[in-house]
Amino acid sequence: MTVMTDSAATTADNQPRRRRKPLATRAYKVFRVVALVLVVLFLLAPLFWMLLASLKTNVDIYDTAKAFIFSPTFENYANVLQRNNYFVFVVNSFWVAFVSTALSIVLGVPAAYAMSRFTMHRSALVVLMARVIPGVSLLVPWYYVFSNLRMVGKFEVLILSHMFVALPLIVYIMMSYFDSLPLELEESAEVDGLTPIGAFRLITLPLAVSGIATAGILSFIFSWNNFMFALVLSGAKTKTLPVAIFDFVSYASIDWGGLMAAATVVTIPIMIIALFTQKYIVSGLTAGATKG
Amino acid sequence: MSVLNPPRSARTRRAGGPAGAGGNFSAWANRHRKWLFAAPAMIFVGVLIIFPLAWTLYLSLTDSQGSVRAATEFIGLQNYLTVLSDTERFWPAVGRTLAFTGVALAFEVVLGMGIALLLWRPFRGEKWVRVAILLPLVATPVAVGMMWRLIFDPNIGFVNQLLGMVGIPPQPWLSGQDTALGTTIFMDVWQWTPMVVLILLAGLTSLSDEPDEAARVDGANAFQRFFYITLPLMMPTVIVAILLRGIDALKTFDILYATKGKGGGSFHEVETLNVYAYGLSFDYNQYGLSSAVLILFFMIIIGSMWLLTMRKKAVSK
Repeated sequence: MTVMTDSAATTADNQPRRRRKPLATRAYKVFRVVALVLVVLFLLAPLFWMLLASLKTNVDIYDTAKAFIFSPTFENYANVLQRNNYFVFVVNSFWVAFVSTALSIVLGVPAAYAMSRFTMHRSALVVLMARVIPGVSLLVPWYYVFSNLRMVGKFEVLILSHMFVALPLIVYIMMSYFDSLPLELEESAEVDGLTPIGAFRLITLPLAVSGIATAGILSFIFSWNNFMFALVLSGAKTKTLPVAIFDFVSYASIDWGGLMAAATVVTIPIMIIALFTQKYIVSGLTAGATKG
Repeated sequence: MSVLNPPRSARTRRAGGPAGAGGNFSAWANRHRKWLFAAPAMIFVGVLIIFPLAWTLYLSLTDSQGSVRAATEFIGLQNYLTVLSDTERFWPAVGRTLAFTGVALAFEVVLGMGIALLLWRPFRGEKWVRVAILLPLVATPVAVGMMWRLIFDPNIGFVNQLLGMVGIPPQPWLSGQDTALGTTIFMDVWQWTPMVVLILLAGLTSLSDEPDEAARVDGANAFQRFFYITLPLMMPTVIVAILLRGIDALKTFDILYATKGKGGGSFHEVETLNVYAYGLSFDYNQYGLSSAVLILFFMIIIGSMWLLTMRKKAVSK
């Protein structure tokens, strides 16, 4: 709605210049509004449907007449959060995502700095290889080793596996971030008597804070959403949310209301984080993409 | 080294505090900072990649069936022969993997380019459209799979209800043997087109306006300007988008497993290489066989990446 009114306003502003422009411009503006509304609908409608279903009773979900008009209930959420103990899984997901991200930043940021500063492209390739390898081929040996050590189902193992997703991501994003920072500041700090490491710590690192935020947020999201590693390596007590919903399906696949409530519970926190940190997410996802 | 620059040792001592062991360490650390910084991450990733890859390679030459105590025998290339002559699971899975990736990528790039062009020039309400684009991207894939499962349900799903209103009979979608793969491709397109949009939009924004303006002055219409000016300039970015998205599309797992479960459905209708390898390993404990599949899968990924990188180099020139 707002999109349409807004563009009407723009058209009014442009009125004097409009006369000299070809008709196509005007047609394009209308087309653009219609197309964008369709795109937004296409992207948001399914999520909206999931939310609606999570507020319906299972009887209402089966009733075509009650597609949009029904009396909402929070029963499904109560059921999911209380009976299935989802709070524990929410905490697990947060913990694993947070610790794996923090550790990956500690390891990844200096590495990305060195790789950017000394153009260690071949070394960078080793780290980025981790993005290419299918996760299953790592999981088999990991599972072998960790089950022998009786460590499957411990947080340490889960965090380690999620770091494997986070670290390459952080190195990739931070490398292109450091590439874009001017070296002169650091060099003049060294002339003024700082050691190179001191210059990194006191000059470059503070400048890189927004890059680190970008990398950290993205790696948190990826870890939160990760399914395969947790599916194999988590135990009853360390289960993360995506795995927990999956359990929900296998023995209660008909409880659509509950399932949609569970799916909403996983998705909402990460979406809220994303909404507040949009700028960072976009710059992270497009890092290095435009260098050509 | 100018006169203004004090000797190195003096500098380090000043920053590193009182002279002594600490000062020496600091000097040493500064001299070797390149590897001091890079090594921990590289060792971490290296150990966690090289060791598993070597192990997978070794397992692929044995008849390992998972149990730790059971003796495994070295059987040479037997697993590879078994896999490569398997026309029931392996080759169809290869076909599905490539079809899934190819079709999804084609849609994502074409739609993504279209949407990026729509978003290119500033307009009011841009912020809201950007939010809408971000939401599918950050949504948890497993939850997304569950969401589509409800929407595409043959009996109670919204899609069939909608089709019913215009008189089209209900379709099986995910449960159909022929329709399942296409339906999962649709889900992938929904979730990942936004990423292609963001990458292409970043590329478009960094383009210089001059060639476009010049063509406009010369009387080129919008289509001509797009196909002869913008698109060629965007090719490197398009290939980066295909590379980034393609690697992940080849490895798609969450949505397929969440919607169709083990084996990609009862007729393996959405079983891609990743789902196949996962099933062999963790549902059937066929570690030897699954390792052979994984090595072949890995070679397919590296091969496709190499082809694309070559293409990118050709385009960049």
